[in-house]
Amino acid sequence: MSQKNRLSGGLIDRSQSLSFTFDGRKYTGHPGDTLASALLANGVRLMGRSFKYHRPRGPLCAGSEEPNALVELRDDARQEPNTRATTAELFDGLSANSQNRWPSLAFDALGINDKFSSFLSAGFYYKTFMWPAAFWEKLYEPMIRRAAGLGSLSMEADPDAYDRGSLYADLLIIGAGPAGLAAALTAGRAGARVILADEDFHMGGRLNAETFPLDDAPAQDWIAATLAELKSLPNVRLMTRTTVLGAFDHGVYGALERVADHLPQPKAHQPRQILWRIQTKRALLCAGATERSIGFENNDRPGIMLAGALRAYANRWAATPAQRVAIFTNNDDGHRGAVDLIAKGVQVTAVIDPRPDAPRIADCELLAGAQVINTQGRLGLSFAELRLSDGSMRIMECGAIGVSGGWNPNVHLTCHQGAKPVWNDEIAAFVPAANTPPGLSIAGAAAGVLSTHGALRTGAEAAAQALEDLGMCASPAPTPTAEDAPIRLSPFWYVAEGKGRAWLDQQNDVTVKDVKLAHQEGFRSVEHLKRYTTLGMATDQGKTANMGGLAVMAEMTGKSIPETGPTMFRPPYTPVAMAAWAGRSRDADFRPTRRSPSHDWAAEQGAVFVEVGQWLRAQWFPQPGEDHWRASVDREVLAVRAGVGVCDVTTLGKIDVQGADAATFLNRIYCNGFAKLAVGKTRYGLMLREDGMAMDDGTAARLAEDHFVVTTTTANAVAVFRHMEFARQCLWPELDVQLISTTEAWAQYAVAGPNSRALLERIVDEGVDISNEAFPFMACGEITICGGLRARLFRISFSGELAYEIAVPTRYGDALMRRLMELGQDLGVTPYGTEALGVLRIEKGHAAGNELNGQTTAANLGLGRMVSSKKDSIGAVLSRREGLSLPDDKRLIGLKPVDAANPLLAGSHLFDQGTEAVAANDQGWVTSVAYSPHMGSSIALAFLKRGDARLGEVIRVVNPLGGSDIEAEIVSPHFIDPEGDRLRA
Amino acid sequence: MPDLTLAPRSALGGTEPRIDQIGGITLTERPDIALASLAARRGKAPALDKAIAPLLGAALPDISASSGAGDIRAFWTGPDQWILRAPYGSHEDLAAQVKSAVGNAGSVTEQSDAWAGFSLMGDDLTGVLELLARVDPASLRDGTALRSQIHHIGCFLICESALSELLIFGPRSSAASLHHALISAIRSAESLRPAPSQS
Repeated sequence: MSQKNRLSGGLIDRSQSLSFTFDGRKYTGHPGDTLASALLANGVRLMGRSFKYHRPRGPLCAGSEEPNALVELRDDARQEPNTRATTAELFDGLSANSQNRWPSLAFDALGINDKFSSFLSAGFYYKTFMWPAAFWEKLYEPMIRRAAGLGSLSMEADPDAYDRGSLYADLLIIGAGPAGLAAALTAGRAGARVILADEDFHMGGRLNAETFPLDDAPAQDWIAATLAELKSLPNVRLMTRTTVLGAFDHGVYGALERVADHLPQPKAHQPRQILWRIQTKRALLCAGATERSIGFENNDRPGIMLAGALRAYANRWAATPAQRVAIFTNNDDGHRGAVDLIAKGVQVTAVIDPRPDAPRIADCELLAGAQVINTQGRLGLSFAELRLSDGSMRIMECGAIGVSGGWNPNVHLTCHQGAKPVWNDEIAAFVPAANTPPGLSIAGAAAGVLSTHGALRTGAEAAAQALEDLGMCASPAPTPTAEDAPIRLSPFWYVAEGKGRAWLDQQNDVTVKDVKLAHQEGFRSVEHLKRYTTLGMATDQGKTANMGGLAVMAEMTGKSIPETGPTMFRPPYTPVAMAAWAGRSRDADFRPTRRSPSHDWAAEQGAVFVEVGQWLRAQWFPQPGEDHWRASVDREVLAVRAGVGVCDVTTLGKIDVQGADAATFLNRIYCNGFAKLAVGKTRYGLMLREDGMAMDDGTAARLAEDHFVVTTTTANAVAVFRHMEFARQCLWPELDVQLISTTEAWAQYAVAGPNSRALLERIVDEGVDISNEAFPFMACGEITICGGLRARLFRISFSGELAYEIAVPTRYGDALMRRLMELGQDLGVTPYGTEALGVLRIEKGHAAGNELNGQTTAANLGLGRMVSSKKDSIGAVLSRREGLSLPDDKRLIGLKPVDAANPLLAGSHLFDQGTEAVAANDQGWVTSVAYSPHMGSSIALAFLKRGDARLGEVIRVVNPLGGSDIEAEIVSPHFIDPEGDRLRA
Repeated sequence: MPDLTLAPRSALGGTEPRIDQIGGITLTERPDIALASLAARRGKAPALDKAIAPLLGAALPDISASSGAGDIRAFWTGPDQWILRAPYGSHEDLAAQVKSAVGNAGSVTEQSDAWAGFSLMGDDLTGVLELLARVDPASLRDGTALRSQIHHIGCFLICESALSELLIFGPRSSAASLHHALISAIRSAESLRPAPSQS
């Protein structure tokens, strides 16, 4: 198809042609076009179907406020729904499809909804789909979702990368129209660090859409000279295709830069979009204004658009929706649009202005005191029905109507921290209030200054003022002579005549009648109105609709518009893709991982890894022939108890505690005594929270009088460090204590089993005596191994066996693991993972995360006597409160099934035999379960009321969800070596 | 007696430091830096300053700064807390050296292997920094030392030479994630760098 509606001039590059498709049909356009402008130039007005009624729709606007022309852009994995055709830059090969229609845009079967519109009014869903409730999820919601007008997802992963970043500025200027450009010149020349951001790909704002000269030359000359100067300034950063989407605390603004949206696909390694966090000392909002429509019957036919948009398409993009157009305006600016259209050779049939005293500005018929009362046309506008000032009616043939009901300053960002805009009678619109976010000022149309001259002047002045506030010297850039006509309007919101539907919110299909109905049904608050009618929701957030809805509501309630009030403005200003919020944090990079020193070695062994916090820990090491994880774990457990096993325990938190008062400090942190721990000794310690509940457990090794190393559980490493740092800084600043994490600095391995000493003796240096006499249970020390390498050795055991933990500087961790495996072959050395570790500790009755879950006390854990009464420590007093020492308090016990073949299940609840398995009879619950190869059955740890007094009893282990109910004997939690002989061997 | 000597691995698991050259930017793994943390004992900051001076050749640095005249340099990490760094080859026992110099005026902890070090070098690192960390490139001076998150990982950034060389220390266990984040940001920034003008 030829570009039959392409006009002369415009900011497009006619030397190049771009081919593109819409709904499979081929068209051509030019660089500088948007999808919407190129389609209009090609004679296409129909671009979408409406959300609810599936009414044919074309573009209403020429910018990001567009409610109607939403398309699915691109194909396959890059298919993007709900993209505004009015902002999508044309590129060669672009493919777009209309959405929310079936089978085609011209014939949409769900257009039937429009015939039943009287049933689909405001609150339709609330009223209709209430009953039966069960139908909602299975029937109603899928049905509504299928019918509702949103694009579809490709269901493929987005192949592009998105970045997030930080920028810093003295002055962030939001919008590069006349006000923004004048501000940037002012601040740039003064040497301030300036960011000038504009959502458009061509800076200039409304100057691009109008034809007024600046200094008697085309405005484009001034824009070009201004941009050339700004580009030459190293202190100015020009950001096109960048939407500032929110004003946040402390001078932080969010901005989305669409780096590669205008390309078929991003270049190699190029992010498609970047979400910027801009920290700026001052910000200046020059976001312009958005034109508003007028409600009249059938004011939504393709071809009916905002007068400013019609003017922009003609001037900037040399495109028009039709060759015969009319203007319907309540203000002088609409007339000026007619002047421009006539100059472009478009036939303006009339300017229709409801004001009886409308001025004659354009050289065409003026119908003062007249209104458009209805329109005709099937898939686009063909005729307008007019009521003239004398009461007569006239039918006028036209393919487009430019409608202008005035301009609303884009106050959005000024309200992001809760400010409500204030009403300005002169322009019948809301303008920014005084209590805007600190550091943000406003200039140009966004401040309600609607002339070009006013924009240039206020932009320059506001920039100078902002810099002055910062102590910088700046004088406003000289303002070129420019148009300075008043906007002059009489508020006119909707045409009262007509029984049909007059559209307010075209994106959500909300009409004047819907608002009236909402009022009739008792909705008075504008926020309720919004939620009941959906006015102002969805991708455009009602930028073209909210004021009309407010005006109708105000009329209904008899209040003024400012009394009725706008709804809350919230970020983001325009929609932001989820991918941009996520940035690089997706898929495998969703969060960083932590790898232990033996990771590479473990991966070579085929280890199966599990995430513990951010750590990847080897869970077990499968051997050939082991086709079930249990086979591997059982083997590892038995190998530890029979020979020697090695497990990477680097992940446990290690905190270096130093200072003259280190012992005093730990004595207050742990509930048990630490003051008298001898140098060269390690002690098990339990920390309580302030409320007396158990917080974490671990060991503390005293390496010197003034030096301890505290270990924590893997999961609580950060929390314990923070807790200790809080105590150091805030609770006891008088103590001489210094803390630092050394978790990462040391590779630490548990070497456990009867042969552990024999294995270690093969790596310790000559003269290091680790015999039972020289290095007994709970000893610790700094030694050297493998020819002088510094190491730390701790004789501690989680497994219940003779065991050590040995630590070397992390860079040697990989080699140490390999060395232990090489030297221990004849001793039966076996690597074991976290599953075997878990089995070993359950067999030994050691508490872990399942037991230390924040809801248990030392007494529950059977460690009540550890809470020293001879000293004060965090949580000690509250651990003795009445409620924590009830007679039937729970105690940690062991369970073994009466029939060894029966597996126990963690989470099961305990009930006495002969009682009903209901909450009232609950005796406790199972916390940890393992298959014990040592016991030859499933075993469990559990909390049971008075458990320590009930050893030998049989109790029911019930899983009400799975339906199992088995008998188990209550035993000591120490299934292995209850006397601890092995530890001390 | 067999030779049991253990061979070190870099944080990324290599026997040699990894070097990536992307466009005009070089990223080099730095296992050759020894680190030791130093914290003043309560009330002993002046004594510590005096005790460390012969080793450091300078006073301990103030907030966000570095100091040092010779092999050993220090950067600030918190109130009365610093990290000292020196060539690993000659100062593997840096913590012991520092401890013997400061005695009871300070607490010293070996940190060499707690961190994975990376050098980021190029003509202008502004673009990379913008994507990497919440750091104002214009605020960087030679020696500026900052704590910032890089892809959720808490790191130290030390400006060796303003906007042309940065030293980044991240937790060693996250070295692979940090390296990936650095490489991604470098590639991205290089792709965004304006093409050289034809004039």
